[in-house]
Amino acid sequence: MISKAEILILMPEIFILTLACLILIVDTFSQDPLRRVTYYLSQLTLVLTAVLVIGFSPEQTVYAFGNSFISDGMSVVLKTGVFVISFFAFLYSHEYLKEHGWLKGEYFVLGLFAILGMMILISAYSLLTVYLGLELLSLSLYAMIAMHRESTTASEAAMKFFVLGAIASGMLLYGMSMIYGVTGSLELGTIATNIESNGDNPLLVFGLVFIMVGIAFKLGAVPFHMWIPDVYQGSPTCVTLFIASAPKLAAFAMAMRLLVDGLQPLLNDWQGMLIILSILSMATGNIIAISQTNIKRMLAYSTIAHVGFLLLGLLSGTPSGYAGSMFYIITYALMSMGAFGMIILLGRKGFEADELAHFKGLSERSPWFAFIMLILMFSMAGVPPFLGFWGKWFVLKEVVDAGFVWLAATAVFFSIIGAYYYIRVIKFMYFDKADSMTAIKASKQMRFALSVNGLALLILGLMPGALLAICVSVLSIAA
Amino acid sequence: MITLSNVLVLAALLFCISVAGIFLNRKNILIILMCIELMLLSVNMNFIAFSYFLGDINGQIFVFFILTVAAAESAIGLAILVVLFRNRNTINVDDLKSMEG
Repeated sequence: MISKAEILILMPEIFILTLACLILIVDTFSQDPLRRVTYYLSQLTLVLTAVLVIGFSPEQTVYAFGNSFISDGMSVVLKTGVFVISFFAFLYSHEYLKEHGWLKGEYFVLGLFAILGMMILISAYSLLTVYLGLELLSLSLYAMIAMHRESTTASEAAMKFFVLGAIASGMLLYGMSMIYGVTGSLELGTIATNIESNGDNPLLVFGLVFIMVGIAFKLGAVPFHMWIPDVYQGSPTCVTLFIASAPKLAAFAMAMRLLVDGLQPLLNDWQGMLIILSILSMATGNIIAISQTNIKRMLAYSTIAHVGFLLLGLLSGTPSGYAGSMFYIITYALMSMGAFGMIILLGRKGFEADELAHFKGLSERSPWFAFIMLILMFSMAGVPPFLGFWGKWFVLKEVVDAGFVWLAATAVFFSIIGAYYYIRVIKFMYFDKADSMTAIKASKQMRFALSVNGLALLILGLMPGALLAICVSVLSIAA
Repeated sequence: MITLSNVLVLAALLFCISVAGIFLNRKNILIILMCIELMLLSVNMNFIAFSYFLGDINGQIFVFFILTVAAAESAIGLAILVVLFRNRNTINVDDLKSMEG
């Protein structure tokens, strides 16, 4: 029997689902070419759901619906992160869609459904809810990419993402069926205790390999990264921005739930796999990014490199390591959102500023936004005192504490290689002549939001303690 | 008498056929969509077999969800295919390489 208390735990999810359906209906009747009602309602929904999540945040971990749904410190923090990031992403996207003239209300509705999928994924505590959350998120993203129907690259990107995503979820399901067969349960907590009491079984590791493929695909770790460059480059920039920011938090949560909550007894097995994925990701991402001329594709390879770093924290296998990873992924989502926001800012109707050459001489055209881009690039490269540096610092510290000094050295080596292509953007902005001196055309909200986004990296970078303290406290309770 | 391992081997074979179909086929995206369906169905067999031999109903419930999601997934896949065909006039896998690097 479902009690009232259980319904209350799911209140934010129920709320966002209701509102998303409502907005879809409202949008059908909207005559406004700017879709103001849809847009403002979507933003309002995000704010209200964030209030609900924080308002209903439980004192201790609570479970609902036969232990298939969990609400704990980690879920509250990650969900809040998703709302903040999606709020900015919607703001940038509205600007982009308006400027490029294919503003449709569906974008925001699909976005809200994707956010619902992320929330379910973050709070999933059984294999079934993990799968459902993941599919809700992925299906919305496929549709969002294909929304720009006239674009050949967008439809190609959507097809590639769809096929590879479907294969990955098939693999994930196969792994899940093996784990279910051995442990006889779908619930992650029971799976962990069953594995602990019944000892090792070769089928478990067999299942784990398939689950790892699914996780690596969602995060975009090498060798399951093939979709990232094409999807990032081919999608309209506003969709790329959305895919590159909030879903990363959900993918991290999925890795945490499956590996740490469910398969913690197999730590020795998945640690080795994560080491391989991590080194390959850092090497491939950083080296191939150097040869890119398209900035969206360059940022795609930089994502792959960042995922390699993220995995370092996970593989250390300690609560503080997980906290380092969580800090890293929040940081990364903020930076990547800002960088794609910058591409949107420089674009205008019929023109996408997606080549590196478009950033030439930005300091003459707009000193302020060249400075914001400088913060973003330095932060991604991991230069102190920006936020990105602390992300790398905490993760590396955990890896060294876990006894993998050689791995930390490898990571530092590859991030030095990576610094080259970030600093090349800065060189283009400050030391090269602009091809055209077209003034930047963007609304006040867009300029303000992007400035806040950039300065947040500087300010949080000067005092990273608070954010890290939150990450550490929620994960030490969980573990 | 059919044992658990018989069903598992059959499901594994179906899974391998679907993966091979996806990677060997260079002609038609529709075949890829069929292979994806087959992959999900082989997983369903796994779940049902485990559910039956464990005497646990959860696995069968999972199968219903997989079937539903697979339907939604192929709907979206076919919709994307239509968009792609309108833009390109082809659904040949080898033609999908406008982005390189």
